[in-house]
Amino acid sequence: MEERYTLKKSNPALKVFIYILLVVWAFINLFPIYFMFTFSLKSNEEIFGKNVVGLPHEWRWSNYSSAMGTGNMGLYFFNSVLVTVFSIAISIMAAMMATYALTRIKWKWAEMTNAFFMLGLTIPLQASIVPVYVILSKLHWLNHYSTLIIPYSAFTLSMSILICTGFMVDIPYDLDEAARIDGCGLWGTFFRIIAPLLKPALSTIGIYAFLQCWNEFMFANVFISDSKHRTLPVGIKALSGAYTTDWGPIGAALVIATFPTLIIYIFLSRKIQDSFIAGAVKG
Amino acid sequence: MAENNSNNNTGNTRSNAKFRKGLDIFLFLLPAILLFVGILIAPIAVSLYRSFQKWNGFTPGTFIGFKNYTDLFTSGSLHFVPALKNALIIAFFSVFVQLPFSLFLALLLGRKYKGERFFLTVYFMPVLISTVVIGQLWLKIYNPDYGILNRALMAVGLESWTHVWVGDPKTALGSVVVPTVWQYIGYHMLLMYAGVKGVSPDLREAAMLDGATNWQVDRYVVIPIIKPIIRTSVIFAVTGSLKSYDLIRIITNAGPTHKTEVPSTLLEDMLFLRNRYGMGSTISVMLIILCFAFALAITAVFKDKE
Repeated sequence: MEERYTLKKSNPALKVFIYILLVVWAFINLFPIYFMFTFSLKSNEEIFGKNVVGLPHEWRWSNYSSAMGTGNMGLYFFNSVLVTVFSIAISIMAAMMATYALTRIKWKWAEMTNAFFMLGLTIPLQASIVPVYVILSKLHWLNHYSTLIIPYSAFTLSMSILICTGFMVDIPYDLDEAARIDGCGLWGTFFRIIAPLLKPALSTIGIYAFLQCWNEFMFANVFISDSKHRTLPVGIKALSGAYTTDWGPIGAALVIATFPTLIIYIFLSRKIQDSFIAGAVKG
Repeated sequence: MAENNSNNNTGNTRSNAKFRKGLDIFLFLLPAILLFVGILIAPIAVSLYRSFQKWNGFTPGTFIGFKNYTDLFTSGSLHFVPALKNALIIAFFSVFVQLPFSLFLALLLGRKYKGERFFLTVYFMPVLISTVVIGQLWLKIYNPDYGILNRALMAVGLESWTHVWVGDPKTALGSVVVPTVWQYIGYHMLLMYAGVKGVSPDLREAAMLDGATNWQVDRYVVIPIIKPIIRTSVIFAVTGSLKSYDLIRIITNAGPTHKTEVPSTLLEDMLFLRNRYGMGSTISVMLIILCFAFALAITAVFKDKE
């Protein structure tokens, strides 16, 4: 019943116009994805010649083998997965523990400490890049996986704590008391009672942190100079420098970096949207 | 661990338990504090200290007071003022083009058109794509010889409009602004849409019964309710523009002749091309100050309006 009144008054011409607008905007958003996919399968003759936007006449999967082979996209993909997974795991663990201390143990400075962590939501990534770069280079610690993992987990921490807090305050405090009566200490309560109840928070934080780390470019570009530890964004930049005249393999590289995320998104769109909303509602 | 304490002898139990609790709190916070202070807070303190020095990153720096800061705004060869101007231009288009359009889409989708979920899902897609990928795609669109843009213009007989989009100082900044604004429309739309959906249907219905049109309901009922979300979006859009880096590096690489430089690209050059680590630190500090100043100013503006 609540659905019916909304459109009652609008006139049909306006409605058609609005639909056309919505469809055109959808097309504008889908076109780059379509374009990337089709040119990843074309030869230069097709891309530069008569068949710019159509489906490929001849599906050249060999573009993918050159992106994976000489382009090293396989390695970059693996690096991105590794860096992202470890960053998320560290960020989530640290955030859960901190949030537990901030929301479920009563102490004087809890609120202030929380506000301190929330500073991280506004501080730009650029703020720490000079000293971190200098220290890492003095310690000969550039060009490792951990060069990216540690900063990434630090930079996703504030948001992880924010999201975690939202979930943790919803858990009834009676549970803590019951656990205490049963002889659990703070650590027992955290690991046996609270942490398992935070599973829904994990996916929300995980999704948010995943996209931050997977797509991060600035730190990766500045801190990683050897090809062995490049993540996808830096790898694509390097590849596009190497293949300036051959568009097919670049297209293949773009698809390799993008489609896994998009395919997951198609199946989990609501969940992924929710995690972005959760990350901004309090902001 | 902690539970053993409750069985201790009664005299020391209280202070012991208190110490134990303090220790536990500290241990729970330790990983987060190590990360946060080690990677963010301490480096910012170092940046602040170094921003008052002439420093090449290797030898000990020399203290020069506010000279780096004044140089930023007076020395033409640093390009900081034009870089800041570029970032503010991006911020302007984000706030006055991107956000109104996002709001418009959010309000439309909030009216339960058929296919609402589909449109929402599609509009959010560009947000998920790495900016590096977006940049590469737009480079292909802008390519002067084979790019779709010039080809489309030729196809409709506007050959005189074809252009070396990225290479021409007049259009270079515009060719970065367009993808930047486009990519995040879906993000702000999603946040606002969540707000629109949070408005109770009863309120909407009551207004409609009083004879309000859809647009009036949006203007006088929905928008005031989602104001906090709009404020968040404005803050994100402005601070995000101040920090912009990825698309510029990929599309124009800050060129031609520094025409599309932004603070972050300058910051990187200070480290790698000029060995001016002190000045790089100064730019970092300026970015933090600007981000916080704009966030506070925007919050204040929204408070005034209430």
